[in-house]
This record gives sequence, C-alpha cells and structure tokens, in this order.
Amino acid sequence: MLEKKSNIKAWFYLLPAMALLSVFTFYPLFNAFYLAILRDFSFLNRTASGFTLFGNFIEVIKDRNFAIAMKNTSIIVFVSVPISVLVALFISVGLNSIKKLQGIFQTIFFLPYVTNAIAIGMAFAFIFHSDYGLFNTFLGWFGIDPVNWIGMGASWSTAMFALLIFTVWGGLAFKIMVFLSGLQSIDKQYYDAARVDATPRSRVFRRITVPLLSPMIAYITITSFIGAFKAYRTIIGMFGPTLRPPGTLSKDSLITIVGLVYQSLRNADTIGEISRAASASIILFAITLIFTLIQMWVSKKRVHY
Amino acid sequence: MEITLKNLTKIFQEKDKGEITAVNNLNITIPSGKLVGLLGPSGCGKSTTLYLIAGLLNPNKGRIFFGDEDVTDMPPEERGIGLVFQNYALYPHMTVRQNIMFPLENIKVEKQEALKRSQEMADLVGIGELMDRKPKQLSGGQQQRVAIARALVKKPRVLLLDEPLSNLDARLRLATREEIKRIQRETGITTLFVTHDQEEAMSISDQIVLLNFGIKQQEGEPQDVYDQPDNLFSAKFLGTPPINIFEGEIKNKKLIFNDMELTTKDSPDKNVLIGIRPEGFIIDKKSAFSLSVYMVETIGRDTTLIIKNPLDEEETFRAIVDASHRIKPGDTIKFKIKPEKLFVFDPETGELL
Repeated sequence: MLEKKSNIKAWFYLLPAMALLSVFTFYPLFNAFYLAILRDFSFLNRTASGFTLFGNFIEVIKDRNFAIAMKNTSIIVFVSVPISVLVALFISVGLNSIKKLQGIFQTIFFLPYVTNAIAIGMAFAFIFHSDYGLFNTFLGWFGIDPVNWIGMGASWSTAMFALLIFTVWGGLAFKIMVFLSGLQSIDKQYYDAARVDATPRSRVFRRITVPLLSPMIAYITITSFIGAFKAYRTIIGMFGPTLRPPGTLSKDSLITIVGLVYQSLRNADTIGEISRAASASIILFAITLIFTLIQMWVSKKRVHY
Repeated sequence: MEITLKNLTKIFQEKDKGEITAVNNLNITIPSGKLVGLLGPSGCGKSTTLYLIAGLLNPNKGRIFFGDEDVTDMPPEERGIGLVFQNYALYPHMTVRQNIMFPLENIKVEKQEALKRSQEMADLVGIGELMDRKPKQLSGGQQQRVAIARALVKKPRVLLLDEPLSNLDARLRLATREEIKRIQRETGITTLFVTHDQEEAMSISDQIVLLNFGIKQQEGEPQDVYDQPDNLFSAKFLGTPPINIFEGEIKNKKLIFNDMELTTKDSPDKNVLIGIRPEGFIIDKKSAFSLSVYMVETIGRDTTLIIKNPLDEEETFRAIVDASHRIKPGDTIKFKIKPEKLFVFDPETGELL
C-alpha cells in the first residue's frame, strides 16, 4: 500500500493528464449522455423542452437507416475482423520464418498503417473501377467478365465485397506488426523441442504457436472488433460522403452506425438531431461494451498468459 | 546404442568475428547404455556437439553414427533422440500430462496407450501425482523431471541432456544428479549430458569427455582422467580444490622447485610446470621440501593449508592434510609429495612429461 504522502504526489503527477482528459474526454462523454436525454434540443438556441429518457433512442431506432446501418456494421465486424486476424496471423508466421528480405517485407506490410485511410480508400476505389480497375483486370486473367463493383448503379453486395477487401487489407498492417513482435518473443527452444519430437508443421502452429501467441491474438481481436464497430472512414474514403455507389438508392447505402451519427450531425440545425447523434453513439458504445465484455470473458478461459 | 563421432567439425560464421570453429575434428565413441558427461568450460563447443548429435545443427565436416547407421544427414525427428533442454522448454500452456504425451501424439500413438505410457514414464521419474499441473506450478527440479519424461516417453535410442542441473539450486542439484543416474540405470538408455561442472560430471558419469576450444582433451572414466591427466588442461579442470601449478625445473634428473628437490625425474634438463594435487602433500619432518603456512582452513574432517608460493607472493596453493596435525599460520612445514599426485607438464605445449 502506498503511504498517504506519496499518494498525494501520485495525484499531483497525474494532474496534467487528468486536466486534458477532463476537458476532451470526460466532459464530452458525460455531455453525450446529457444530450441524449434532452427533448427537442435546439443546437442554435441551446434550449430544450425537457427531458426524455428513451425518446431520442426510439427515434434513432425507428429511423429507416438504422436497420441498414446495423446490418452493414455487423457484416463489417463479423466478416472483416475474423478474416483479417487469420490472414495477418498466417502472413506473420510466414514472415517470421523467412530470413532473407524479412525487413523489406515487414516494411511493405506496414505501409498501409502509415498511409491515410481516405487516400487508400480512393486508391481502392480506383482498383475496383469497372473499366480500368486492377481487380477486374485480374479477374479477366481467369476469364471472368468485368464486374461493376462500386461504379454507377453498382449493387450493394458488390460494393460491400469491395469494402470488406479494403477493410481487411487496411487492418492487416498493425496486426502483422503485433503478431510478428509476439512471434519473435517466443522462445526458439519450443520449436527445437517440437522438431526433435517430430511434430508436424500444422500441429506446431495449432498447439504451440497459436497458444503462445494467444495474448496477442486476444488483444488484436478485441481491439479490431472495437475498431470495426466504429467503421466509417473506410466507407467515406471509398464512396465519398453519400456512403453508397453513385446512382443507387439509399436502401443500398453502406452507412454504418458512426455514419448515422455523422448524418445527424450534418443536420445539427434541425431540432433534436444533436440528441439523436448522441443517442446513436451511446447505442454503439453499449453494443461495443457488451461485445467486448463477452470477448474478455471468453479469452479469460482460452488465453494462456 | 553406441554413438560414434568421426572427425566432427562445426564452424560458425560470425558477422564481426569471422569464422569460429566451435567443434574441431572431434572423434568420440559413446558406449552403448552408458552415461557419458561432456565436460568443458563455457564456449568449449560441448553444447554445439550435443546439438550436432541431436541434428538441430549440421556439421561442416565429419560423420555421426548411431551404431552402424550414419545419421549425419538425417533430420532430428528421424534420429530417435530424446533431448532435454537447458531451460527444459516445457510448453507452458499444457499440463504435465499433455507435455509428456505430446511426442506420442505426434507419432499417432493410440490415446489409451499414450496415456498409459505417459503415466508410466511420469511414475518412473517420480512426478506421477503432478500430471494435471502446469509447468509454472512446479519447482525447477520437477520441471526437469517432466522434461526428462517427455524426452524418454517415445523410447528414443539416445538421451541427450543440455546442462541438466545448471538451473537448479545447490541442494536440488545433488538430488537431481542421483535421480538422473537412477533413471539412466533403470532405462539403460545411452545418455550424453553436457556440463561445465566437473564435480557434477565426475560424480554421475560412467565416462567423461573433456573438451576445450572444440578439441577433445581427454576421454575416459572419471577416476582415470583425474589420476592420469594427459595434459595441463585436464589436470586443472578436474578436482576441487584445483590442482596446484607452479614453475620448476628439471636439472640433473632432479625435479627442482625453489632450489628444493621434490623428486627424481628421468628427463633432459628444462623448465617445467609442476602440478600437485592438494591431497598429494604429506607432512614429513625428514623431507627437504619446506613451505611456510599462510592460512589454515579447518573443516573438521581434514585441514586445508593455504601456502604462499615462495616464487610469487600473489599466488597461493592449497594442501589438504590430516586434521590430526595441529598447524598454525606461520608454521614452516616440511612436506613429502605423493608421487602419484605429482605431474610434470611441458610449459609450452601443456603436455604431460
């Protein structure tokens, strides 16, 4: 136990961080909850007609875009995250086992991390261009006709497919970096021991590498899920502010829950929209929190520290 | 399974230091069913030799035979070896049972059979009740036994142990070395272990192989190597307290130290290094060889006299004498030297004369 005197000292050292956090994190956080329960809040006049506990939440849920946003967000979360974690795992194990050019490959795989998501999104929009995109050229090698992925009037499913590929790729860099550093900290003797005992490669991966890497895998999975729930930048990068391929109806929108928040914020002048934005973000927060708690509960049983 | 190393050489390429010859033209025969200690100071190439035999390293030159079979180009998993690593390399996320069963699962032994064999092996090494623990919940000595059980469970032809006792505390070390000896006896497996601790090697080995700079110095039963060292290195490396070495000369067929005659020596006149084991000193009033005692260490069983070298005050040597002599610091004592405890070495080559 710290003595009282040094306790005060500790608080003193925390003061600058606490001050900043209070202004930029805690206040907005509590303010969001406050905004969410105001009835008919006007952003311009800073007035409200009273309080409503669930009114704003109900309005958000009743919005026809909400169901679409939930569907899109769920697909992005439950498809892109498992795929990108698995792909990153295989790439890092591969990278870790090569000796030559490892540094170069590491740099190549890390590049997406230091590149702006909007810029990458635009690059990907070009890759999926129906006439001169790389992806259709690639498919052409296998005799597949060009597909209108994200162009004028493209369907929701092709647009979502392109978005998922982009999301998976964009998330690889950081995961690979974490997995690689994890792999490099695993004692080589485990692998020597496995070799002497004639362990097949797939078994080494399943029984030794994955369990010893499980703290990293759990960390990456949880943070990736949280990140994926907040997906927005990728979509605006690829499809622009309409969040859907040009010439499509809003039912084919790729809007996510964060997209919903921004949609309300854009109409902040309308009475009650700010409260709806706050409500939507609280709904997202609640979903993410519940999901993270479940994951932490699961990983407690499956992770070997 | 007899292990034969023929002209075994391993050269490492180091970036800044150039080539390092870790194992240099090594020829060793490890007799079947024996416990052999590979002994040498750190960096002498003993662990490298072990990993060459295991197949985790490949030699630059030379061959390795298990019996008549040339295993040099065989991958480790086909050699039929059990290897115990210095830090045991137990899989931390598996229980003791899972660790021991792991090699059996690899070779697709049927589950019931694998469980039975694991339990037998665990019982043999004395950890039969700890099967559901994780390695972290075990003491160093218990982990060591799990590692041995894991190495032995697939019935290897050869057991290799890398510094098996170095991670244990002094008391456990004594117990564990007896344990290794017992397990080796009961299984009858040809066992090679690596150590830098001469006491450890001598106490349990049927044979020891002494290495220095990747070159074999001497090979034989521990007592033989101790009694008849081939060279200065062997003499210095074995024995606690270590052998006393000082400069002397051979003149007119006499071995002279500080103008005192120690014994006769039928060799041409030259400067030599004289080695006397601490237990080779006998108090004898008629002797011409006298030394002044600097300090006395009493143990009870015997007494160690610490004597300053009259030629070099910085150096001391140790003589172990019977406790019945009550000797005080400052006394001048006359000694006779047991001839079998006295060795004369060439100062340039270190060879025994």
